[in-house]
Amino acid sequence: MSSDVTPYQQLRAATQARDRGLRDKVMSLEDAAKLVKDGEHVGIGGCHTSRTPFAMIWALIRARKKDLIISRSIASTEGDLLLASGISRHVITSWFTQGIVWGVSKVMRHYTESKLAQFEEWSHMSIGLRYRAGAMGIPFMPSRSMLGSDVIARLGGRVSVMTCPFTGEELVLLPALNPDVVLIHVQRCDCYGNAQIDGLQFMDIDMAMAANRVILTTECIVSNDQIRRTPDRTRIPFFTVEAVVEVPMGSAPHECYGLYEPFFPHLDDYAARTKDPVQGAQRYLEEFYYEPKSWTDYLAKLGMAEVLDACRRGRSVYND
Amino acid sequence: MTKPIPPTAAYTTSELLAVMASRLLKDGQIVFAGIGIPLLAATLAQRNFAPHLTILFEGGTIGPFIVPGELPPSTNEQRCTRRSNMVLPITDVLLLLQRGYVDLGFMGGAQIDRFGNLNSSFIGSADNPTTRLPGSGGGNDISSLTNMIVAMKHERRRFVADVDFLTSPGWIRGGRTRAESGLPQGGMWRVVTDLAVMGFDEDTRQMKVLVLQQGATREQVQDNTGFELLFADKLETAEPPRKEELEVLRHLDPDRLYTA
Repeated sequence: MSSDVTPYQQLRAATQARDRGLRDKVMSLEDAAKLVKDGEHVGIGGCHTSRTPFAMIWALIRARKKDLIISRSIASTEGDLLLASGISRHVITSWFTQGIVWGVSKVMRHYTESKLAQFEEWSHMSIGLRYRAGAMGIPFMPSRSMLGSDVIARLGGRVSVMTCPFTGEELVLLPALNPDVVLIHVQRCDCYGNAQIDGLQFMDIDMAMAANRVILTTECIVSNDQIRRTPDRTRIPFFTVEAVVEVPMGSAPHECYGLYEPFFPHLDDYAARTKDPVQGAQRYLEEFYYEPKSWTDYLAKLGMAEVLDACRRGRSVYND
Repeated sequence: MTKPIPPTAAYTTSELLAVMASRLLKDGQIVFAGIGIPLLAATLAQRNFAPHLTILFEGGTIGPFIVPGELPPSTNEQRCTRRSNMVLPITDVLLLLQRGYVDLGFMGGAQIDRFGNLNSSFIGSADNPTTRLPGSGGGNDISSLTNMIVAMKHERRRFVADVDFLTSPGWIRGGRTRAESGLPQGGMWRVVTDLAVMGFDEDTRQMKVLVLQQGATREQVQDNTGFELLFADKLETAEPPRKEELEVLRHLDPDRLYTA
């Protein structure tokens, strides 16, 4: 049988084994990084250049993890860096490049074209329905997408096609995806992990429900009383969460809705540096990932002018 | 490379594509728009003649109005949510396509073939590509589930008999093969280029030139295409971009992020 789907008894047992009580989970980035084991499947929240859990990814790269299998709705700069740092050689996603305004990622091209890494391509909705099936505790989700394409042909035995028992139609069966760990960055949460997300949710809620455990990074930790004043805004329940890390500007140099937009000059510079996908990316990692002493030090390297520019643009969303 | 626009032209290729594509939209439609030209064309239609046109963005937005000068770098940023009616999770906005709420999907393309299939995954063979492209994103879902418009430059290397890799399905191998592949709905409707606007023959589903851009000839279109095109019996010539259309575009994109 397909090895991509976690057996139901195993999935349930892992969930049952977790301490699901209301307990304080606040810890440092470094301690949270220790919760991710080599070889695990790590789902990355946000999408493209938005609400990327960059601080946690930064910590995993600094901790020199190995053989992580990564999944994300759309991969951008962080996808490049996960390959260039060597912590992953397998990225499951629907689209992989920093952004069309910067052209096709040279780093992604180098690692995939020279077969140093695998970019396993699914359609965007298929990735989403895989997480949703995982969130629902069912082994697959039927869908009408991908039929007749080379995308499905290339996935081979990872997907299946069935005839609907009710209508006789042909449907694709997408295997449930239950990541070992999911990393999600949010605007605010309490110390237990009740998380509120402003703006676009992307696939984060399904991912949190599907995951065996969630590491939350947050712009700000608020009190549980504060959460209880607006429970309708809470998107991720505490019992899915294993760790809470307060990291202001935790999506930099990407965007966090209502707070900061992408750091465009920095992303321009990144694209220019990685025209040499090997040396350029290594020098970038050295300067921004391995040398800084702390996340604060990393932000200082991005520069106050860039931080303020991103924040000014980010907050403009509330001015119509 | 073709040079369909004389050096004295008052607009760029991208502006021409955006204007011509916008004219294919109708007020009241629900349009699932990709980044770049599609987003601009849909916004242009909204501002010029289709105030009730609803844009959907893959990032999860229903009914946004783009702020001039603040074009998003993808359809997943906060700039895509301005003045929208609702934000949804990505999976749910894509499921609107499957449920059947969407009139048109609208994307750019790297490579297209005679049956309107799109490739955005690999140039060369998938096992040994000369270029690994970014991939499907929502392109496959949109193409699988609704009617499509594609806007792209008309170049021989982009218009090929068979795509290197079929990322997003058009009419597959023509005739009824799309429906037979399990895709009973949707299909490639129009391809807008700097030389022509094309549709597809009702029976064979082969690409067919319907309209020539002003200044373009039948021979020029065929010469820049890597397969034999069909031509409509009554070939029309498009009206070039009007001043008011270009003004709106330049107001939306003053930095020429998409229209350089």
